[in-house]
Amino acid sequence: MTKQRFTLAAAAVLALAATNAAWAQKSAADGIAEYRKMLEDGNPAELFEAKGAELWVTKRGPKNVSLAQCDLGKGPGVVKGAFVELPRYFADTKKVQDLESRLVSCMEMLQGFNAAEIAKTPFGRGEMANVTAMATWIAAESRGMRFNLPQGHAEENHSYEIGKRAFFYRGGPMDFSCASCHSVDGQRIRLQDLPNLTKNPGDGIGFAAWPAYRVSNGQMWSMQLRLNDCFRQQRFPYPGFGSEATVALGTYMGVNAKGAESIAPAIKR
Amino acid sequence: MKKETFTFAALGAALLAVAGCASTPSSSDLDREAAAVMKASFRDQGIAKTDRLNQDLGQAACSSDKPPSDAVAQQVMDQARAAVKWPAGGQYIGDWREGEKLAQNGRGMTWTDASAAAKDNGGSCYNCHQIGKAEISYGTIGPSLYNYGKNRGVTDVAAPTAQPIVEYTWMKIWNGKTYNACSNMPRFGHMGLLDEKQIANVMALLLDPKSPVNQ
Repeated sequence: MTKQRFTLAAAAVLALAATNAAWAQKSAADGIAEYRKMLEDGNPAELFEAKGAELWVTKRGPKNVSLAQCDLGKGPGVVKGAFVELPRYFADTKKVQDLESRLVSCMEMLQGFNAAEIAKTPFGRGEMANVTAMATWIAAESRGMRFNLPQGHAEENHSYEIGKRAFFYRGGPMDFSCASCHSVDGQRIRLQDLPNLTKNPGDGIGFAAWPAYRVSNGQMWSMQLRLNDCFRQQRFPYPGFGSEATVALGTYMGVNAKGAESIAPAIKR
Repeated sequence: MKKETFTFAALGAALLAVAGCASTPSSSDLDREAAAVMKASFRDQGIAKTDRLNQDLGQAACSSDKPPSDAVAQQVMDQARAAVKWPAGGQYIGDWREGEKLAQNGRGMTWTDASAAAKDNGGSCYNCHQIGKAEISYGTIGPSLYNYGKNRGVTDVAAPTAQPIVEYTWMKIWNGKTYNACSNMPRFGHMGLLDEKQIANVMALLLDPKSPVNQ
């Protein structure tokens, strides 16, 4: 009898779930959140962090020097806090650069690597894998800090304006832009929540979560790779690594995320 | 005298405007520059060539955080409607089972896809819409399409009373810009993403009273 009553109650709950799609969806999203929480107990990004930290101090490249004098925007060798202020303008390259393109510039200027060769290297291979590892470590050194990109230089403001236009640029066979999926609160593709990147989407969400370890394919994804795969799904042609459009998008998202706490490197499904 | 003062004031304002232009680029300058940055930032990869960045009227008109003017929006919709192709022999409705497969399939047209042919593409419908009740993994960018035909009183897709909603639905799937200049929905027929037969199958999923969507 008790058992039967329980079964009836369970059936009622199930019926409720079936008639209330929002409830069922929330429940599925909660399940995913729990799964992510479980994953956080051991984020394999730590392995990439350790590799990146070691690469930074290792004498490498044709000139056999370390990156200890690399200026990430806060002075030579200053790593802590650099991540939450990038992209920014650099006088030596006369360009606004994101973390990854800046790293490649340092590798060229200090260590004698060929920046164009690195930019052409596929993600996960050769020196590109090293750039991703160092970006992971540099991001981790700013974990818990809040985004505060500088906009004082005319080029930084210009980068934001270009990035905003790139964000809304529709094209391709499906007419998509970044804004198609990322300009409204609370929307999803299938069950995947979509951050609204036209404003601060919240602590550790969107720009404040990458680089991130992707469990589904076992790869460490930098922001450049995140953008690259967004453009693939947008049905766009292939964005150049560190190209002006990708850096400008970083400026746009980073400035919009002002005040958001960085949790990078995060862990994603 | 009064007129003269006005002229001077106007001249001053004009000079100010010119000076302003010299120090900060205007919004339309930035628009042009951003378009050039886009062109310079991408390269061909597989089937995804850089000509995908060339915008038609509707793409260009809807590439801002502001909607286009009413006149431009009307022009986009007029062009879209004029270019709708109706199904050969009036075959609007296909097989809802095939439509469900297309609705589930989100593949096609990326640089990792080998072919851009319609037969190799899905409709990606569940990415953005609730459709059949059994599928709980659906997106919310578009409205729910559950009970689409039922809610619109379609009891027989061949009935003359159903014809207006059948034609409307065909237009929406062929080219969503027929009714909303800046619709987020891909133009499945117009851009060759799906062929007539595939669209008829998706039509059946939405409109056929036997489709699970209308149960």
